Amino acid sequence: MPKVTIDGRTFDAPAGRTIIDIAAQNGIEIPHFCWHPKLTPAGNCRMCLVEVEKMPKLAIACMTTVADGMVVQTASEKVLNARHAVMEFLLINHPLDCPICDEAGECKLQDYAYKYSIGESRFEEDKVHKPKRVELGPNVLLDVERCIMCSRCVRFSDEIAHQPVLTFTQRGTHVVLTTFPDTQLDNRYSMNVIELCPVGALTSRDFRFKARVWEMSSTDSVCTGCARGCNTNVWVRNNEILRLTPRHNEEVNSYWMCDDGRLKTFKHVNAAERLSAPLVRKEGQLMETGWDEAIAKAVSELRLFRKNEIAALGSGFSSNEDNYLLQKFFRETVGTRLVDLVEHVVEGDQDDLLIRADKTPNTTGAREVGVRPGPAGEDLASILQGVRDGSIKALYVLEDDIAADPAVREVLGNLELLIVHAHQRNATTEFADIVFAASTFAERNGTFVNFQRHVQRFRPAVATQEQDRALDGFNMSRWDKFAAHNDRWGRGSRRDARPSWRILAALAVVYGVKYRYQTAEDVFREITERVPTFKGMSYLAVGSRGRTLAAAGTTAPAPVA
Amino acid sequence: MSSNDKMIRTKDLTFLEKIYLPEIVKGLFLTVRQMFKPKVTVQYPEERFEPPAQFRGRPVLVHENGVERCVACGLCSRVCPALAIEVQAAETPLDKERYPEKFEINMIRCIFCGFCEEVCPEEAIIMSNEYLLVFQSQEEAVFGKDKLLKSAEEMRPRLEFLRDHR
Ligand code: SF4
Ligand code: SF4
Ligand code: SF4
Ligand code: SF4
Repeated sequence: MPKVTIDGRTFDAPAGRTIIDIAAQNGIEIPHFCWHPKLTPAGNCRMCLVEVEKMPKLAIACMTTVADGMVVQTASEKVLNARHAVMEFLLINHPLDCPICDEAGECKLQDYAYKYSIGESRFEEDKVHKPKRVELGPNVLLDVERCIMCSRCVRFSDEIAHQPVLTFTQRGTHVVLTTFPDTQLDNRYSMNVIELCPVGALTSRDFRFKARVWEMSSTDSVCTGCARGCNTNVWVRNNEILRLTPRHNEEVNSYWMCDDGRLKTFKHVNAAERLSAPLVRKEGQLMETGWDEAIAKAVSELRLFRKNEIAALGSGFSSNEDNYLLQKFFRETVGTRLVDLVEHVVEGDQDDLLIRADKTPNTTGAREVGVRPGPAGEDLASILQGVRDGSIKALYVLEDDIAADPAVREVLGNLELLIVHAHQRNATTEFADIVFAASTFAERNGTFVNFQRHVQRFRPAVATQEQDRALDGFNMSRWDKFAAHNDRWGRGSRRDARPSWRILAALAVVYGVKYRYQTAEDVFREITERVPTFKGMSYLAVGSRGRTLAAAGTTAPAPVA
Repeated sequence: MSSNDKMIRTKDLTFLEKIYLPEIVKGLFLTVRQMFKPKVTVQYPEERFEPPAQFRGRPVLVHENGVERCVACGLCSRVCPALAIEVQAAETPLDKERYPEKFEINMIRCIFCGFCEEVCPEEAIIMSNEYLLVFQSQEEAVFGKDKLLKSAEEMRPRLEFLRDHR
């Protein structure tokens, strides 16, 4: 194996790799704007200049392939001077926009100006002015003045999103990034250019000016928009989700996520119409009640029916823990065999990058932990048939708006008892007798299994009434840390919602069975003991990158992917 | 230094000093002289003190012809050691792109340090000469834009002071 020495340390360097690649892999930072591990190198920002022994001039680390015996200096005086010069050039026409720039606080140019620039400019002339607030597409706005012409966005659109609509026009200091005539940046992955842009030239129309970066907390989570389960960061201020951004996970979503996942999967968490307490139907109207009353009522109502008159539907939107307890409660405690779920597959809405036709994050997991047709083929179709012909009189539904499907909606009226877990009023709650206010993926701990059978964790980012950001170990912003009870900016709105698994455990207790789970992790531990494919897993082992389930039928855990 | 090591011997009191009387007369003389000088005590609350421009009274927001200078960058809010300031930005068609949709200062939290004034890139938040702050409830102490905005005209003494002394 060829060897290369970088800053006095020697590394193996497989032929064909570049200096920046080897350095990055070994934890040596070579500053760069235009290079990105997933895009073809462009070599245009000149920030990654390094000194290579026996080369007459400095070389760009992103395009120089390593050779055996190469000796590289990334911080020699020559290199530092070159960096100062590059920074000085880049800042010549850069506007003094940091106070109004959404990128401030997570801006490569800002960071490098601190780290690698001498902090003074010799340029006294007027800066070139260029258009601001240019619409590149429905979700992305461009500030041309801030653009440093790194071409990352251009290359992303060409190479990853396969929608080559961006290009540069003009020359020299007048270069302008633009879309080709009559085109716009409107592919389903368009918003990835926002994080990709090393500066604040590209901003999100949705998030624009909502908050400064340092005012939010960021929590590792998983997108609930489809079965890919892209890894995300949930950004919260004042107990409200303001944006989702992709989190790197090479096994699942690399550096990307789709626009639908980014924009459509969190708004319901903040919605003003969220249920703030359990609802029980009294004289035809759903009325708010206390938890104890709703749970006692649910149990006494369920007891009025015979085992085979009761059916339960899990949900691909609920966690493994929720689905596991649902099937355990109904199979073991209530004694019915009628447990299944409604799938949400949009045929054909799938591509080669991320988007999957299955629009739930966890159908695979729900099936795995036991929400699947019974031994005699008791599946969704037979449950719906039973409801239609009146043999099934009571139905229990986890977080899923099943009545959105007209075929299901039609039969729900036949039920004598419908109990649902919901985040807000929807078509299904219209028919419900008891509605439990369930917390969303952003308010609890849990796991999903994506279509690759990859188990992934999500963590609470938004607090419900019973949670405390500090005591429950939430990630906290400075505002969260110092807010007093009377600070308007510190509390946000909190709902009296509970995780579905806890509601089910409470039901079981009133039913007379001791379910001793204190946390979601306790439920997960039981899953790892009872479901062979989960054997050997734990929240710790799943961590923030996830772990792949053993293949069905085997008991040994798959190696960490 | 060697002088540090030396014992310093204070002078003995003279006879006149020892008998105290001349010193008492001197002191009385000072007091009596003061009685004939102009008075600086203000009979608050009947009379009000007019602070000079360098006084750090409660912070205010400067507007020009009804448009606040503030661009809602949140730097004042970040630098405020007492976390008194809450800013919510929003977009405006004006050149400055953003403006504070909501700007609130909790006057119970504010410690009048003037950091916000110092950090503001727009000279939009400045310390005024107002020191009369009385509230009957916590809610009342949270000043919104209605109470914070003052015209640049009205704030001219402070703005000029800042220009000359910063
Ligand atoms: S892109 Fe970076 S350096 Fe430029 S104005 Fe925005 S935050 Fe400042
Ligand atoms: S908009 Fe951003 S990503 Fe695109 S070329 Fe300019 S600086 Fe690079
Ligand atoms: S591809 Fe699926 S999981 Fe990924 S961001 Fe889009 S909707 Fe979410
Ligand atoms: S620092 Fe100035 S411009 Fe920025 S939010 Fe505060 S008052 Fe507004």
